[in-house]
Amino acid sequence: MAEIEHPKPFADWETRAYWEGCGRGEIVLQRCGACSKVQHRPRALCASCLSGDIEHFVASGRGQVYTFTVTLQNNAPGFREACPYVLAYVELEEGPRLLTNVVGCAPDAVSIGMPVVADFTAPDRDLAVPRFRPA
Amino acid sequence: MTLSGNIAIAGVYEHPTRWAPDKSDYQIMGESARGALEDCGLGIDDVDGLFAAGMGMGVMGVVTLAEYLDLKPRYLDGTNIGGSSFVAHVNHAAGAIHAGLCDVALILYGSTAASQAMAIGTGGRGGQDAHASFISPYGLTTVGSYALVAQRHMHEYGTRPEQLAEIAVTMRKHASLNPAAKMRNEISVADVLESRVISDPLHLLDCCIISDGGGAIVVTSAERARDLAKPRVLLRGCGEAVCHQETGAPDLLTIAARQSSEQAFRMSGLTQDDVDVAAIYDSFTITLLVTLENLGFCKPGEGGAFVEGGRIGLGGALPVNPDGGGLSSNHPGMRGIFLVIEAARQLRGECGPRQVEGAQVGLVHGTGGTLGVAHSGATLLLTGD
Ligand SMILES: [Zn+2]
Repeated sequence: MAEIEHPKPFADWETRAYWEGCGRGEIVLQRCGACSKVQHRPRALCASCLSGDIEHFVASGRGQVYTFTVTLQNNAPGFREACPYVLAYVELEEGPRLLTNVVGCAPDAVSIGMPVVADFTAPDRDLAVPRFRPA
Repeated sequence: MTLSGNIAIAGVYEHPTRWAPDKSDYQIMGESARGALEDCGLGIDDVDGLFAAGMGMGVMGVVTLAEYLDLKPRYLDGTNIGGSSFVAHVNHAAGAIHAGLCDVALILYGSTAASQAMAIGTGGRGGQDAHASFISPYGLTTVGSYALVAQRHMHEYGTRPEQLAEIAVTMRKHASLNPAAKMRNEISVADVLESRVISDPLHLLDCCIISDGGGAIVVTSAERARDLAKPRVLLRGCGEAVCHQETGAPDLLTIAARQSSEQAFRMSGLTQDDVDVAAIYDSFTITLLVTLENLGFCKPGEGGAFVEGGRIGLGGALPVNPDGGGLSSNHPGMRGIFLVIEAARQLRGECGPRQVEGAQVGLVHGTGGTLGVAHSGATLLLTGD
């Protein structure tokens, strides 16, 4: 079973801090300086209060599986060869739920509530794709 | 004057094709337009509002369609919010007619998704823009996005694969009564559970089929519809809603149907108990189950028990998709238009062996997009005349 050949993320100026964080092995989230709300995906302004006072911070990288599916059929190249693979939402300790893959264990070993920790692909031009593995 | 009760679906047409490699999407739309206008006794020259959405139409598709039909309407709407678009088009048409911006609205869909071998459920690497980059690295398929919802529903409420399978079995039973349906051989719960898993916990037979097809709807004022060829189907309530990943922590089990149906019921003065027949988007078995909960037909978590024992079958307490739905009748990429057509025909009492006896109140709910990531919903409440 091959690993997923992840399409390279495209970073623009709003999302670059997130993807560069992944390149360093960190999950970077945003917090609003005006209302303190944490948000993901990254935006140029706070979606709750529309303030432009946005700061980035490094999250713990720890979380648990919120839901998942073992994908047995995906006809797209790069994914086809990796079936079966686990697509999941991981709920971070800081709140946001990230769409991601769970790797590093048999697909049928994954369960909802399972503790996981971020695990990054090898960086490519300073960007990397975050997946999660059992903690 | 309120909108509720003063707008009518006057004509409908479901294109009989399920496989049309020799037709273009626009040809299917044109033939469907002819069918719906003949159905109500109007002509193409009466049309002054044009509504359409499609998977291959492009951002100005409704303009291309106007040229194809040589129409110069005074109201154009190319809203595309996924498979629910055509349900939303009825809302928009009602608003436009009520405001005097057009008199006769024509809503069209046509697609050759099957004969073009469009990879709808399990293909595609996704887009590469800044937004898509949070999704496309992970191999999300359409089936997968709904499977994420199914897995969470099973975890929270103990919903069983057999309960999801019963939905597929019921839709197939309905399709066996519909001569135009693509899949008409009856299936059992065991057949569903033994079909191969596409994205756990969804099996092949938990997924809608892929067909070609199309349809058309004519909407006008209740007053004008009074003199037309077919019994009027009156719009009593409507609503739209959207759900997405918010700022990072979506509740996957509260879907757009919650908000859109609350508005539609409020506008109509009707309740869930009044509904005789429902047409609900069934892209996957889980779609129908979680939509029934969010429409308020049962409480959150009770959907599994609700669909058991033939309750959503013909003769049950709430017959759903007597035509066989997307699971068995047709699903050409986007399916919302067929929900409206089937509900209207049921309320006109013309559905033959699959007719819900004495149906007076119909509910339509369309879902568009991918349930577990970002989707839209649109609800209609309709009554016979
Ligand atoms: Zn804020």
